[in-house]
Amino acid sequence: MLYSDESAAPDFAPGSPEFDEMMGEWMAFNAELTEGGHFIGGASLAPTATATMLHKSPEGNSMTDGPYAETKEQLGGYYLVEAADLDEALAIADRIPMPYGHFEVRPIAFRPGA
Amino acid sequence: MTNIEAALAQLVRQDAPRVLALLAGRFSDLHLADDAVADALAEAAKQWPVQGIPDNPGAWLNRVASRRAIDRVRRLDVERRRTRVAAHELHADPNETTTMHDTFLIDDPSSDPNLPEDQLRLMFLCCHPALSTDAQVALTLRLIAGLTTDEIAAAYLIPTPTLAQRISRAKAKIRDAAIPLHLPQQLEHRLDAVLSVLYLVFNEGYLGRGEDPEPMRVDLCEEAMRLTRSLVELLPEHAEIHGLLALELFHHARHDTRLDANADLVLLPDQDRTKWHRPDIEQGNAALRHAMALKAPGRYQMQAMIAGYHTNAPDAGETNWSRIAALYDRLATIDPSPIVMLNRAVAIGMAESPQAGLDALPKGDDLATYHLFHAAEAELHLLAGSEEAARTAFAEARRLARNPAEIRHLDRRIADC
Repeated sequence: MLYSDESAAPDFAPGSPEFDEMMGEWMAFNAELTEGGHFIGGASLAPTATATMLHKSPEGNSMTDGPYAETKEQLGGYYLVEAADLDEALAIADRIPMPYGHFEVRPIAFRPGA
Repeated sequence: MTNIEAALAQLVRQDAPRVLALLAGRFSDLHLADDAVADALAEAAKQWPVQGIPDNPGAWLNRVASRRAIDRVRRLDVERRRTRVAAHELHADPNETTTMHDTFLIDDPSSDPNLPEDQLRLMFLCCHPALSTDAQVALTLRLIAGLTTDEIAAAYLIPTPTLAQRISRAKAKIRDAAIPLHLPQQLEHRLDAVLSVLYLVFNEGYLGRGEDPEPMRVDLCEEAMRLTRSLVELLPEHAEIHGLLALELFHHARHDTRLDANADLVLLPDQDRTKWHRPDIEQGNAALRHAMALKAPGRYQMQAMIAGYHTNAPDAGETNWSRIAALYDRLATIDPSPIVMLNRAVAIGMAESPQAGLDALPKGDDLATYHLFHAAEAELHLLAGSEEAARTAFAEARRLARNPAEIRHLDRRIADC
């Protein structure tokens, strides 16, 4: 789980030498994990501006613009799924067999080995 | 306004949203459609003063915007291919010259720009609950109502760049989070979101119109009613849309009597009922009858019935408070919000006794900072004959109120006690 201040992240243009250097470091790290037999899964998520929240409770579901900002709840798991669009992804999240909880749905920006 | 200016204004407001919806559907790309329509509108502004207004402006816009969209797709394809060449990644595949967009180019660009499905899809997209409410409102006014960014910003008294940024962020989220342009499977549920956006716009216009009305400012009430009417046409079998239209019409009928010549608040019992707008009331009654015939009750229909009992009463003394209290009981079963409970208490106070109303006031902190809660409590105390308690409650309302007209009203009520 990688936490950081999104607004402080470097914003290099794809194709620029700085971008290539940064990506090179990530690629090398990913290759190291894969070759060492450590890598099982993982992905770089799209910025939080793309996040959507599905709130489930016995009284009914609701949906809001994301990201999830509360700290009372704890991250209990995650799914990596293929979906045609946001509505399909939300429909999948809705079927997660938890009667209550908050589900943040976000696109993947980059996935090693994909 | 010259003929050309009027025709251009009509083009922006009436035709542009329809053509936008059509192109967004045809190209599955909201950004492309929006840019293409903007191009075509710019062309109209340049071309029409010289060449005259086309016979069918809507068809003209559809044709030109479609052409612009196709141009943009071609340019994008060329750029993409150039990038690939530069990256030495061009595959020797003859099919590479066609793209997914090309299949859409075969469509007849003169096809009907009034396809209801296109309009609906775009409306549901703009009101997708994955977008913040502010973004839903801004997108709906910009893309469905055809208002300009300047007009929306002025109507909401916010700087144009703020509004422009809100819209561009919303469009970026639609693109990046892949919010789809299609009719939702759970239409009823998503329709709620659309109706609440329209009612928010209406209320902003209704309550926001205050001290000095600016004649050039867009009337958000009119816009909300126009959008509600077009939604009624698109989904005539949905009772709640008729209910919302009725509710808006009943409020709108009383609009001009809410403030007096000094811009002071005039409460419902004191409004000059001869100045209420009869055609609005008649249309509201018709919309409500239509809604009820569909036999699918909902919160907007109940609120419209309550507003209808007020608006159809020949004078305040003849208001059917016991029916209104019963309707609030029903409304409370589906929407037990503090505001509904407050209004229910007032209705009980009028229908039964002031003390019954005071007893029915919602308890708890939810409304402690809401000035109208204390104002309503004060009026009930006054009716019950306890002036001391009324003064205390009015003073609390006065302390919390922000709107100048309301503050002046509360000052008068305190002086009356």
